[in-house]
Amino acid sequence: MNSIDEVQAGLAAQGYVCGRALATVVFLSLRLGRPLFLEGEAGTGKTEIAKAIAAALGRRLIRLQCYEGLDASSAVYEWNFAAQMVAIRAAEADGSADKDVLKRDLFSGDYLIERPLLQAMRPDAGGAPVLLIDEIDRTDEPFEAFLLEALSDYQVTIPELGTIRAPEPPIVILTSNRTREVHDALKRRCLYHWVDYPDLERELAILKARVPEAADALSRAVVGFVQQLRTEDLFKRPGVAETIDWAKCLLALDVLELSPEVIADTLGAILKYQDDIQRLQGSEAKRILDRLAAEVPT
Amino acid sequence: MAEHAPLSLPDDPQLVTNITHFARALRVAGLPAGPGRVADAIRAVEAAGFTNRADFYHTLMACFVSRPEHRALYDQLFRLYWRDPRYLEHMMSILTPQVRGVAEERQLRPAEKRAAEALLHGVDRDVPDIPEPKDQGTEIEIDASLTMSREERLKTLDFEQMSLAEMAEAKRIIARLSLAVPPLKSRRTMAAPRGALPDWRRTMRAGLSRGGEMTDFARKARRTRCPALVALCDISGSMSSYSRAVLHFLHAVANEKGAGWARVHAFTFGTRLTNITRHLSQRDVDASLKAAGAEAQDWEGGTRIASCLETFNRDWSRRVLGQGAVVLIITDGLDRDAPQRLERAMERLHLSARRVIWVNPLLRWEGFAPKAAGIRAMLPHVDTFRAGHNIAALEGLAEALSRPGDVGEKARLLAMLR
Repeated sequence: MNSIDEVQAGLAAQGYVCGRALATVVFLSLRLGRPLFLEGEAGTGKTEIAKAIAAALGRRLIRLQCYEGLDASSAVYEWNFAAQMVAIRAAEADGSADKDVLKRDLFSGDYLIERPLLQAMRPDAGGAPVLLIDEIDRTDEPFEAFLLEALSDYQVTIPELGTIRAPEPPIVILTSNRTREVHDALKRRCLYHWVDYPDLERELAILKARVPEAADALSRAVVGFVQQLRTEDLFKRPGVAETIDWAKCLLALDVLELSPEVIADTLGAILKYQDDIQRLQGSEAKRILDRLAAEVPT
Repeated sequence: MAEHAPLSLPDDPQLVTNITHFARALRVAGLPAGPGRVADAIRAVEAAGFTNRADFYHTLMACFVSRPEHRALYDQLFRLYWRDPRYLEHMMSILTPQVRGVAEERQLRPAEKRAAEALLHGVDRDVPDIPEPKDQGTEIEIDASLTMSREERLKTLDFEQMSLAEMAEAKRIIARLSLAVPPLKSRRTMAAPRGALPDWRRTMRAGLSRGGEMTDFARKARRTRCPALVALCDISGSMSSYSRAVLHFLHAVANEKGAGWARVHAFTFGTRLTNITRHLSQRDVDASLKAAGAEAQDWEGGTRIASCLETFNRDWSRRVLGQGAVVLIITDGLDRDAPQRLERAMERLHLSARRVIWVNPLLRWEGFAPKAAGIRAMLPHVDTFRAGHNIAALEGLAEALSRPGDVGEKARLLAMLR
């Protein structure tokens, strides 16, 4: 992908509709070999873009889902202790237990379990893989500090084996839901982009790409309603993922047109907090529908 | 990146100069645009080309902006600067002396403070400040024949009844207070001889050095970690003398050295919610509270707890309450909003925080009963309910925090509600 337009077209071919801003940072990240840091509300397509990039480039996608207390043994590598134990016992049994040989054999690639970060450093026939480090805000600061090192040199050190260096740096994408601020030192090494909710036209395009079987009128009504919903005072505003889910739900129910009753029945697909659902039950949904009908004469 | 390829500057040196100057403008505006980022920006512009204005905008944005709240600022500066750089230069030259003036004043402060105070004695400063209480009563003579020491007496004296001098003394004591952190079990482990978890890796390594003979079984245990503290402090009229003392206390907690809270977030609320966290990181407590005072516009006004808590729940709770944060809410619970709204907001807060501690200075009266609607609404949704009217009570708070099951006065007052 040699230009911003090509990136945009390439992602669109994978069903990922993105704006010029996002296409620009993706292009820069590919061209400059920099990690891409995507921050934004849940359900705005941060994880999806990694999948789309991997598919568009024909690379392997390696995903590291972050959680609190994530450590090297589940992010980088671990030794297969059970297998090592068996090897020791076997060596004892046939009397060939030579200390040095044993040591060399036990800490070799055969007994190494590779976790996502190490996998991403390994050479790949199809080109460097896409490494998705998802929801980095869920980990703690020690892991961030570790990432800082791994991402600046693209290498990891295993004491028993030595340093493993990526022949070609992987394409790294980090996402965060901003449940806490990620340290500036890590952000500084990345290209930053805040993923916002799309506007009406783009969301329609996204819905068309993702749920092509939905009728035009229904898509328009769904997107209009969700867009309006985002301006309401809600605890959690619905993301694009919710819009897509909701459209699929409505299709499964053979709904052709939005009505207050249908909305009340399927509200769980777009709103995930009881407070928000309660707000929308009753006359509130009808009010939004009426306002939409007034805006767009059909 | 560890190693940077040598910069091959574009043919147009004008562009490089302009980007550098633009970065300088961003820096003055408060964006962290260091030289590393400038080099990145130049490289990025080289890669993306300099053809389309919108692309140029996004390219520089990806390099210079790393927080959503900086976007608006960047947007403004970009529009100003790339329309006519000289215009902004001109504006900056007007602005810079002022900016520099503030910085210099700050650096010189320790040396010149006394001199300035002497010169300015009796002159009202026009800088917004946290209003100091007016000293209403005459200063209380401290009788040397009292059996209690001066410090002991201060510790049990109500903040509201303190004279200015006593308040100053109290603040010094508060500055030494600390708030014990209730540690949380982390998912990380550390080597521990009596730990509950097996440490296979160490066992194996020890065994290998003996030719595969496993004699010792290494163990590890869960590490503990410190949660974050989120303080919501009422600064309305009815709370004025307490909130000042509490803010001093929070400053002391936030700046405590060594293993303290992972982070201390502080918010003030009266009629609206204000985040004063970044001001607390200033070393000097007076400068810090002054900055906080300038930021919060609603000192000693009315109280709208429900709407402020709703704002907190909507805009901040997801960002600061992750990873087991403890919420400390300091208010008398006298609210002008509808109690149903307050109850809902408190319930939501309680559901998203690991522990909610309510410090209520009204509790100092023996006969305190939860009569006010706001108090009745909030009480069921807190874990601990405690007094906070004097230094001894603040010390008690620290103790209470380290006991996980502590409920304070909550049970007694809930019984009175029924």
